[in-house]
Amino acid sequence: MIRAILFLEDGAFFEGQAICDNGESAGEVVFNTAMTGYQEVLTDPSYAGQIVVMTYPLIGNYGVNKEDVESDRIYVKGFVVKEFCRYYSNYRATQGLIDYLKENQILAIEGVDTRALTRHLRVRGAMKGMISTQDFDPKSLTRKLDRLPAMEGSDWVKEVTSKEKYVWGQASQVRDDGQQTIRYKVAAIDCGMKRNILRILERLGCEVHVFPANTTIKEIAAIQPDGLFISNGPGDPAAVSYVIDTVRQCVGKLPIFGICLGHQILGLALGARTYKLKFGHHGANHPVKDLLGNRIGITSQNHGFCVDISSLPASDIEMVDMNLNDQTLEGIRHKKYPVLSFQHHPEAAPGPHDAQYLFGYFIEMMKDRRDPKT
Amino acid sequence: MPKRTDIKKILLLGSGPIVIGQACEFDYSGTQACKALKEEGYELVLANSNPATIMTDPEFADHTYIEPLTPEFIEYIIKKERPDAILPTLGGQTALNLAMKLHEGGVLQEYNVKMLGADYQVIRKAEDREQFKECVLKAGLAVPRSAFAHNLAEARQAAHGIGLPVIIRPSFTLGGTGGGIARDIEELERIASLGLECSMIHEVLIEESIEGWKEYELEVMRDYKDNVVIVCSIENLDAMGVHTGDSITVAPAQTLTDREYQAMRDAAITIIREVGVETGGSNIQFAVNPIDGRMVVIEMNPRVSRSSALASKATGFPIAKFAAKLAVGYSLDEIQNDITRETPASFEPTIDYCVVKAPRFTFEKFPEAKDILGVQMKSVGETMAIGRTFKEALQKALRGLEIGHTGLDNKLDYKTISDEKIRQRLVEPNASRIFYVKYALQKGWTIEEVARLSKIDPWFIAHIAQILDLENELIKNAIRGKSIFSTALLRKAKEYGFSDAQLAQVMNLRETAVRALRKEAGVITTFKLVDTCAAEFEAYTPYFYSTYETEDEAVLQIERACAAPKGKKIIILGGGPNRIGQGIEFDYCCVHASFALKSLGYTTIMVNSNPETVSTDYDICDRLYFEPLTFEDVMNIVDVEKPDGVIVQLGGQTPLNLAQRLQEAGVPIVGTSVLSIALAEDRAKFARLIESLGLNQPANGSARSVKEAVQIARRIGYPVLARPSYVLGGRAMKIIYEEARLLQFIDEAKEVSAGHPILIDKFIDDAIELDVDAISDGQETFVGGIMEHIENAGIHSGDSACVLPPTTIGETIIAQIKEITCRLAKAIGVIGLLNIQFAVKGRRIYVLEVNPRASRTVPFVSKATGIPLAKIAAQVMVGEPLSKYHLSDKLIEQLRHVSVKESVLPFSRFSGVDIVLGPEMKSTGEVMGIGATIGEAFVKSQISAGQSLPKEGKIFLSVRDEDKREIVSIAKRFERLGFLFVSTRGTAKALRAHAIEVQEVGRYDQGGGDILNLMTLIEQNAIALIVNTPSGEGSQYDMRFIRAAAILHNIPCITTIQGAREAVNGMETCRTKELTVQSLQEYYRVGGNVSCAAL
Repeated sequence: MIRAILFLEDGAFFEGQAICDNGESAGEVVFNTAMTGYQEVLTDPSYAGQIVVMTYPLIGNYGVNKEDVESDRIYVKGFVVKEFCRYYSNYRATQGLIDYLKENQILAIEGVDTRALTRHLRVRGAMKGMISTQDFDPKSLTRKLDRLPAMEGSDWVKEVTSKEKYVWGQASQVRDDGQQTIRYKVAAIDCGMKRNILRILERLGCEVHVFPANTTIKEIAAIQPDGLFISNGPGDPAAVSYVIDTVRQCVGKLPIFGICLGHQILGLALGARTYKLKFGHHGANHPVKDLLGNRIGITSQNHGFCVDISSLPASDIEMVDMNLNDQTLEGIRHKKYPVLSFQHHPEAAPGPHDAQYLFGYFIEMMKDRRDPKT
Repeated sequence: MPKRTDIKKILLLGSGPIVIGQACEFDYSGTQACKALKEEGYELVLANSNPATIMTDPEFADHTYIEPLTPEFIEYIIKKERPDAILPTLGGQTALNLAMKLHEGGVLQEYNVKMLGADYQVIRKAEDREQFKECVLKAGLAVPRSAFAHNLAEARQAAHGIGLPVIIRPSFTLGGTGGGIARDIEELERIASLGLECSMIHEVLIEESIEGWKEYELEVMRDYKDNVVIVCSIENLDAMGVHTGDSITVAPAQTLTDREYQAMRDAAITIIREVGVETGGSNIQFAVNPIDGRMVVIEMNPRVSRSSALASKATGFPIAKFAAKLAVGYSLDEIQNDITRETPASFEPTIDYCVVKAPRFTFEKFPEAKDILGVQMKSVGETMAIGRTFKEALQKALRGLEIGHTGLDNKLDYKTISDEKIRQRLVEPNASRIFYVKYALQKGWTIEEVARLSKIDPWFIAHIAQILDLENELIKNAIRGKSIFSTALLRKAKEYGFSDAQLAQVMNLRETAVRALRKEAGVITTFKLVDTCAAEFEAYTPYFYSTYETEDEAVLQIERACAAPKGKKIIILGGGPNRIGQGIEFDYCCVHASFALKSLGYTTIMVNSNPETVSTDYDICDRLYFEPLTFEDVMNIVDVEKPDGVIVQLGGQTPLNLAQRLQEAGVPIVGTSVLSIALAEDRAKFARLIESLGLNQPANGSARSVKEAVQIARRIGYPVLARPSYVLGGRAMKIIYEEARLLQFIDEAKEVSAGHPILIDKFIDDAIELDVDAISDGQETFVGGIMEHIENAGIHSGDSACVLPPTTIGETIIAQIKEITCRLAKAIGVIGLLNIQFAVKGRRIYVLEVNPRASRTVPFVSKATGIPLAKIAAQVMVGEPLSKYHLSDKLIEQLRHVSVKESVLPFSRFSGVDIVLGPEMKSTGEVMGIGATIGEAFVKSQISAGQSLPKEGKIFLSVRDEDKREIVSIAKRFERLGFLFVSTRGTAKALRAHAIEVQEVGRYDQGGGDILNLMTLIEQNAIALIVNTPSGEGSQYDMRFIRAAAILHNIPCITTIQGAREAVNGMETCRTKELTVQSLQEYYRVGGNVSCAAL
């Protein structure tokens, strides 16, 4: 057993044991309330720069496998749980979680009173923290945390976006009416895109051209896409002005669909403001009301920032989705142009599939553009 | 949309008596529904035949009918009350089947009663296996390969096509009655023919065996707007093949990846939509092949179920309450989550702990039945435990079962068990398999080997292996002489759920020493909140569980509560898991105590571990602790709560057994003192007391050795009644006619009595037995009810039908009994409830037993008289004078109705078990019949108990010699009603001597040729009623096969002459007068008896 500590910037600390002795790691500490899907969480690029606390106490039960990944690597800065499972059981599992974390050199600790920690974060807000197996001195840890930049104002997108353009689902197609085959070409701005978005778009007949975040409208236009997708991603949306600019230029020219950070970026591009939530939404049980269809879906969520409802330019933008827990904004639509975005994750992974139908709207917008008659 | 305004009056159906497969979870759901509907301002009509329920308390509905749950009686109620709607989805399978029959009979249509929650077509789709399968396939989901059969030939053909082994499931039954797994053609024929008979529509499903697959359940809710949420997922530790009610289960699901879980979630949503359940809760079962993950849909309940109750308690999400609100037109987003008070109900609970449910069996009550588990449910109760880890929750659940285990302990020494035995106990699912998993691991078997044999997922076994590893580490420490462990190791042991008692065994210390040691080391319990949201929102629920962590939320809440000072604080200890002899009646008393004390301004705190109960609903008390009822767990709560008093006399024997230790630990026990309890329990002291008061008691003695027992029995003379002391429900009690049997009994009773002496009483033959429930404040005593048993003394009072008021006892004797009760109460020092059993023979009154606690009959007496005994008792216990309630005998004398309590027995669940009653209690539940005469009340009670007396046909009569005289007069009365008789030789002779025409038959093993064989007649359903009174133990055996066959063929079977007498009384009543229904409220009004003003 390796003694470890999670030290928070307000001076609070929680003790646990590290699964391997690899020093220190700092980040913003957030809690996730999903009971399944730890592998998806670990590999979700939106968690870059964050230490994730799982509120479900037993983690690692079904091991890890090759398929349930949301990117090529683990992005979390640290992983805090009550108990890691030593004996996984699932027919798809290829490795135990502890080995997987060790292999990826992630500082992970267990034996923590994660409920107390969660309550602390709920009351005091998400904050910087450091996991350490070496330094237990509050003064020194505080100094180290002071040097860590705050999440607000930080551009984490540049850390996670792909370095080069690539194509997913090449020649992807679906049969339409049993006769015709159609195929949409989607330009996606990768701010830290989860792989399940690509999988779903592919299934819906899209060939997705994934661009690095700092791409220009010219480069996007060059492939003559049917629509533009802006992905999820980590950090403060206000800090990625280069993406905001690109998106702003595309409004009115292409159908646009945004998810999570993509939604916030779109909001900013359309003139709204964003703000930081106290401890964010990270989980798989948030009720969201689709105000157009008047139905409620249980959604997957992972965001620390939010678009301010009161800042939406009412002449152009309308709210289409609302969070029923705290009445925050969950989706917007442009009144004139085919522009739609959602704060929650219709692609789930992990989480319920209730909102997956929203991708259909993106396909419809692209279809309308091609064939305006229907 | 707000609630529906087109309906004003709603009829809610309850679930009737507690039986295996349908227990007090439906009182929990029904009570929640009553509260929810009343809150919305609907006029509520309630029908339930079970008097021990909270829902049938007159204040929970506007019109409460304790009447038989049959289509005829519900039609009477509908005709009288004219409700606009009927809500059948909260009263279990009973209510659902009833509503279906009412629809099929055109009753609902005739009176224009709408079905809420799910309509006829929907219920059919979900319940009819063929339609359900079609539905599932249509939705693009998989089911096990299967075929339906309506006769044996079809069954054989189906099995041939699918390939053996196959599972046989009858359509429309309760808890899988009549189902089974067939491995060969003989088994197939036997089970299928039985299944066809059990099925309401004579249909069975022959299904591909998916034994050994992983089993899951999802609890789903849907509103009229088509919003659907999953409340909880449950994974069964026991693989497919064991009824989910008999499985150890865990929430949430543990071994599914998010992808697999979401696929299951999608499937559940698709199914609830396809079937079309409009509003409310449903439960859907899945099986997953562990090899390749293939998922198939097993079945669905389009109603609130046992699993719903478990899911509600496991998550804090009140399914039944919301189901009621959804049924009257609300949508999920319009209902607030009570726990967070700001978020809506349209969300999915997420939990930050692990929940384990363990079933409680009573195979010890039925020594002839094997404890092998299958697709037919056999458990009678369950306990639930919450922990931060599976290991902790499992060990808490095992000690919460109260079956003598202190956790996953070593009751047997693994070294003494053969490998073969272990292998067999792993392969064949059984009641104690979980312990054999540990024994196998102790023998050094690998996790994989144990998993292979038991089909239990290795994930669970690996956790048990971790518990074992830690235990070995503890033992190693102890051997090294370090009886004092390091704090870290001690803490880890507690985190793994080891109880102090378990550690005491390992450390070779006393439990109290372990407790002191760990408290000194700072290893102290912390309490966490159940809040539906894993702490994401502030929660206001007062619902806690214990664990070993750093932060204690109970302390925080107690401090907050203290800021706004409330009255004194009382802890009420509940009864733990249901078992035969201790069930819903005690939960009723605990709940009443909470209501009564809250109304006096007390802060009430409930401790219980039974998820099926009303008492574990978090809005019954100011704070709820969902914890095992052991000394350690209760003391941990006492430590944080520091109560002004603890009530131990309402939860049955469980809390009573803790009383002495709690008192020794300085806990203030309110009500009857521990000393007084001991006085009533200690036979020697009690005998001296009886003598000093000049009362009679059957000659008796208490034996600590075989020699003593024999001496006592010789002194007082056979027959004797023998039993271990300190047990409830007459556990292991027997009437013994000879010395050889006595010796055998003592040998068998060793395990049960656990060091306590064996009690031997003279058995008084042919006496009338009476049960008295009374309340005393130490000075004054009020006799709340006197019940006369319909069966002879010697049958356990819990199994005996009884009538209130007594009908054959004269006023002088009644007056004497009241007087004796008051003297005994005072002499013992009872403060609270008191139950006395008397036997009356001629003019002589014997005191059989005094129990200074709530009895099983308290709710029955309260329902019969309208006097809330448990509430008054709770207030008296905390010091209110009895005079405050202005109780007088007049209250009872004014009543113009007669009430009969009849017990309901689980014999059909245990094949090969004899149904003859004795001093050991065997019933699982009770029903009540109310009428203007005893005949009417008795008939209603029989109908409610499922013993519908026939209107015509052949009666089989076979009685012992002592009963031959009386059977003649009874037979003459039956004859006048138009019945025919068949009889065995002796009885036939007696009847013929009195010119009664009778056909003589041989018994099951006799006859053949010209002589009719009784067994054949039974199998041909040619017998309408069996009256068979067995004589002494030897000859009893002869008829057991006949009685067992009667159960299978659902033929009412009467085994005492008194029962026969009441039956003929009842049938005569039926002929002369049409049965009518009346609500409790009406009965009380007629009797001028309104509930106690002070309450």
